[in-house]
Amino acid sequence: MLTRRIIPCLDIDGGRVVKGIRFQGLRDSGDPAELAARYEAEGADEIALLDISAGKQSRIADTQTIARVRAVLSIPLTVGGGVRSADDADRLLNAGADKVGLNTAAALRPELVSECAERFGSQCIVASIDAARSLDPRPTWNVRIKGGDSRTPLDAIEWAVRAESLGAGEILLTSWDRDGTTSGFDLDLTAAVAHSVHVPVIASGGASRPSDFVEAIAAGAEAVLAATIFHEARFSVQQIKQFLKTQGVEVRL
Amino acid sequence: MNRNVVIIRTGSANIASVAAAFTRLGVGSTVTSIAETVRDADLVVLPGVGAFGPAMKALREDGLDDAIKSRLEAKLPLLAICLGLQLLFEFSEESPGIPGLSIVPGTVTRFQPHLRTPQMGWNEVLPSEINAASGTPPLLRPSWMYFANSYCVRTPPPGWECALTQYGGSFVSAMQKGRTLACQFHPELSGAAGLSLIKRWAALAAAKEPAPC
Repeated sequence: MLTRRIIPCLDIDGGRVVKGIRFQGLRDSGDPAELAARYEAEGADEIALLDISAGKQSRIADTQTIARVRAVLSIPLTVGGGVRSADDADRLLNAGADKVGLNTAAALRPELVSECAERFGSQCIVASIDAARSLDPRPTWNVRIKGGDSRTPLDAIEWAVRAESLGAGEILLTSWDRDGTTSGFDLDLTAAVAHSVHVPVIASGGASRPSDFVEAIAAGAEAVLAATIFHEARFSVQQIKQFLKTQGVEVRL
Repeated sequence: MNRNVVIIRTGSANIASVAAAFTRLGVGSTVTSIAETVRDADLVVLPGVGAFGPAMKALREDGLDDAIKSRLEAKLPLLAICLGLQLLFEFSEESPGIPGLSIVPGTVTRFQPHLRTPQMGWNEVLPSEINAASGTPPLLRPSWMYFANSYCVRTPPPGWECALTQYGGSFVSAMQKGRTLACQFHPELSGAAGLSLIKRWAALAAAKEPAPC
């Protein structure tokens, strides 16, 4: 049976792992290759590496860091940051990425998703969506781009559906409101997107306790991504997976 | 293991990860799209990410389809990964009307619409029971491996030792005949279990050619 995945996320800035709250107030959390190796040893199913300053600096994610992480890692590596063209995606794949995350450039020019999917296959293309809850009484979410700096009128659920139809093989769904806050996942958001698409959805943003992971999976997430709780060693990947197993969730142990 | 492995450049694949896996095993690798190199190399890997039709087109343009076929006829070692396994078959629903390498009879089909597709993540690989009778130490062992596929082969082909995996019913997750190993999963991304399988394949490939069966 296909198991649910736990994905530690390395936010990269200047070759170091950093973590803040809602993408601000970044603190150094360690060396990317060291952390990646530690998480694989702890039983991580995959690693995500997001170069958070790539887009702002009009460059692609740091290929030297990708290569360093690849060299120590024998599980899948998803890389995001500054991809604006299929050639950019190719550079990340050549550096050692297995999957490429598309965010700002795809929200501004959706054809980027189909260009990449046609060239590399859907299983290689992750639509990375940062969603911010609006103040409506009925919950709705807008897509934020440029590392969360810029709010768009784009509806996050509609964008996820569109990205799937253009060939995205996975949705990395981050709650901008919960990112780095360790206040639990935005389960309404996870459920709304998971029920609207047929590709796997990775829930991200807000993980705090082992029960949060169970809830995200119950809401429809195929995989759960977290950074802060792993970087701060509040829980190991292994502890989370063992807890999931006691709750009847299929995991690889 | 001190021989070099040749990785076939299929245009669009996670070749860096395949090369990194061999590096970890202490085996150097080169990437090529030259048919002669592929035909004569000790160890060849056919990686595969992307779509069936474009991948076959790329192989044909460089004469790599014939190079792979002649390797298999000469019983030379081949490791086919993911789409690489599917390319061994005659057809795929992914690219109707485009013939594959047609080394194995059968058609590759898409996962049923109610399943989340691609199948993305770790799933259990179990050698089919028939293998127990073969007597030789099995290459395929029960293990967790990483998959990223939307298409699969549902029926084990005759004459191949197969391992099966469940996703909306069972499908062929690996198949072996002599020194050819084809995996629907990505051994290069499957942690220690995947590296161990690659190592066993390379050891088998380096051994004296097995008696014809």
